[in-house]
Amino acid sequence: MPASPQKNELGSLRWRDLLQFAGGSLRGHGLRTALSLLGVMIGVSAVVILTALGEGARRYVIEQFAGLGTNLVIVLPGKTETTGTIGIGGVPNDLTLDDALAIERQVRSVRKVAPVTAGTEEVSSGDRRRQMPILGTTRAYIEVRDLRMERGEFLPDEEMFRGGAELVLGNKAARELFGADDPIGTIIRVGDWRFRVIGVLAQQGTNLGINFDDVAIVPVRTGMRMLNRSSLFRVLAQVRAHSDLEIAKRSILDLITERHEEEDITILTQDAVVSTFSQILDTLTLVVGAIAAISLSVAGIGIMNVMLVSVSERTREIGLLKAIGASGPQILAAFLVEATFISAAGGLLGLAVGWSAVALLVQVYPALPASPPVWAVAAAFGLSVAVGTIFGFLPARRATRLDPVTALSRR
Amino acid sequence: MSQAATSASPDDAPRRVIRLDGIHRTFEVGGEQVHALVDVDEEILAGEHVAIMGPSGSGKSTLLNILGCLDRPTAGTYELEGRSVDELSTRELTLVRRNQIGFVFQFFHLIPRLTATDNVELPMVFAGIPRAERKQRATEAIQAVGLTNRADHQPEQLSGGERQRIALARATIMRPAILLADEPTGNLDSKSSKDILDLLDGMSERGLTLLVVTHDPKVARRADRIIVLVDGRIAKRVSGDRISDVLEILAED
Ligand SMILES: Nc1ncnc2c1ncn2[C@@H]1O[C@H](COP(=O)(O)OP(=O)(O)O)[C@@H](O)[C@H]1O
Ligand SMILES: [Mg+2]
Repeated sequence: MPASPQKNELGSLRWRDLLQFAGGSLRGHGLRTALSLLGVMIGVSAVVILTALGEGARRYVIEQFAGLGTNLVIVLPGKTETTGTIGIGGVPNDLTLDDALAIERQVRSVRKVAPVTAGTEEVSSGDRRRQMPILGTTRAYIEVRDLRMERGEFLPDEEMFRGGAELVLGNKAARELFGADDPIGTIIRVGDWRFRVIGVLAQQGTNLGINFDDVAIVPVRTGMRMLNRSSLFRVLAQVRAHSDLEIAKRSILDLITERHEEEDITILTQDAVVSTFSQILDTLTLVVGAIAAISLSVAGIGIMNVMLVSVSERTREIGLLKAIGASGPQILAAFLVEATFISAAGGLLGLAVGWSAVALLVQVYPALPASPPVWAVAAAFGLSVAVGTIFGFLPARRATRLDPVTALSRR
Repeated sequence: MSQAATSASPDDAPRRVIRLDGIHRTFEVGGEQVHALVDVDEEILAGEHVAIMGPSGSGKSTLLNILGCLDRPTAGTYELEGRSVDELSTRELTLVRRNQIGFVFQFFHLIPRLTATDNVELPMVFAGIPRAERKQRATEAIQAVGLTNRADHQPEQLSGGERQRIALARATIMRPAILLADEPTGNLDSKSSKDILDLLDGMSERGLTLLVVTHDPKVARRADRIIVLVDGRIAKRVSGDRISDVLEILAED
């Protein structure tokens, strides 16, 4: 006869046996288990999908700004308050080409300056014509915005004031105006003005609200005259190194304030803009995720219900377990494991479903870089498991408190 | 399979395993007191085979539940293997149920989703006995009750007699010193009853202390002695072969 431990301990139930016991009883009532599992699954997949969308929005915005390049300082005319409206400082002075030139010449930390004017005009070539965004800028722009050419050249490298009649077309704009023909060297009209096409941009998509596929770029001076602008839309200044960013901001602000005799410009950097948007969208993701998480507690109530039914159906079994020497903690553990099993399995399924849905979404809308943040995935799964354990506790405790004599006397 | 030994005491008299002294068990039902057991004194020796008889409602099951530590007396002392059960903690009571006492019920109480083997293994699972040892012991126990070819069947695929044999294997798998059976044949035909009784006799011969609640004179006759309960009191004690002496008491039933 093998040595049998006459005094074995109470906590002696093995994990594997516990799981097997709980798993067996779950299989015993499959439909009920499946339904409560479904509740958890929906909750968890909702968290995954919604936070993925939030995170996608955040990344989308960041990518847009990232296109600016990290070493960029943007100078806007007008003093923008934090609310984004122009303050009480009255009409701001124009931001002029002279200002842009001064920045380029006098601010040492600045490497390149691209003044920008913007508007919309009718562009026509032969009998094809269409309304199109017009950008006026200089050669520096191609470097500062990191644009690529498909053919021809970007604007010539000349001083800002010359005002030539060269024009660079966006990729789609070129196709729509010229079809398969090569537009290089062709004369086209913008409003009443005539330009010679010298280049076509490679396809680049939208960045910061400018669709570079559908645009016509002309020398800044010409652009200002044609669009009848006295002030630049903005000035882009590229600094030599990222560490120069703060100094550059300060120097530009001081310089322009001195020139205008008041502080009437706004200076943005990518870092500041991105971090503001990022914070807003992070909060949004968190809130949306939290709302989805509430559905998990509804699922928890479902689990509690199922477990209560299970306990009352298995009254005799619980009585028997007590009679054969299962301890209160062991019975509690068995029922808790069952509830947690439901929620954990539902949680895993929810992760799978959520992830698949997000993957599908990205397939359909590749522009949206949706992906559930790790914290949300971890929290959703952790919460689902916790929900099972917490909501399973009351039924499990009810099981341990059953009087074995009454339980066994049931037929 | 060996049961806990009937170790002899120094003077070679059989050891006393159970002593009941002035046991009362009172239930409150709707403000009224029901006296299920009234002043029960009894001693059971190791290896004894005792039948408990009495009309229904006379307190037989209540007595068995107290002996099995599933219930506590309202008053009186219950000594098991020399230890007073009233003083045991919940934890110690669990260990007593696990290791010292086996239970057999009229309605078998097998777990329907588990196979015969798994049902037999269950007490060992909660005792934390390793899987391999469990399998071996369960297989042996099922063989001992003659159901090796039913080992993988679920309870609903077994006849009543087979279920009770599995329940018997489960009740003894932890090698308890005492087996308590509450009308073990109450739900069986006479052939199945006989199988169960033969198994019980065999266990008794190997030294198991056996207490069987029964209505059936054929069951009680096999016992060393018979205790008759009437209205919660012990009305009569006779030896097993004097069963005829108690039949008139039971006839009122
Ligand atoms: N849990 C209980 N609550 C109330 N009364 C009970 C309870 N258990 C037993 N009784 C009562 O105690 C008496 C003895 O019951 P029991 O021991 O089951 O009798 P027997 O097994 O001899 O038929 C009966 O009157 C019964 O109604
Ligand atoms: Mg009874």
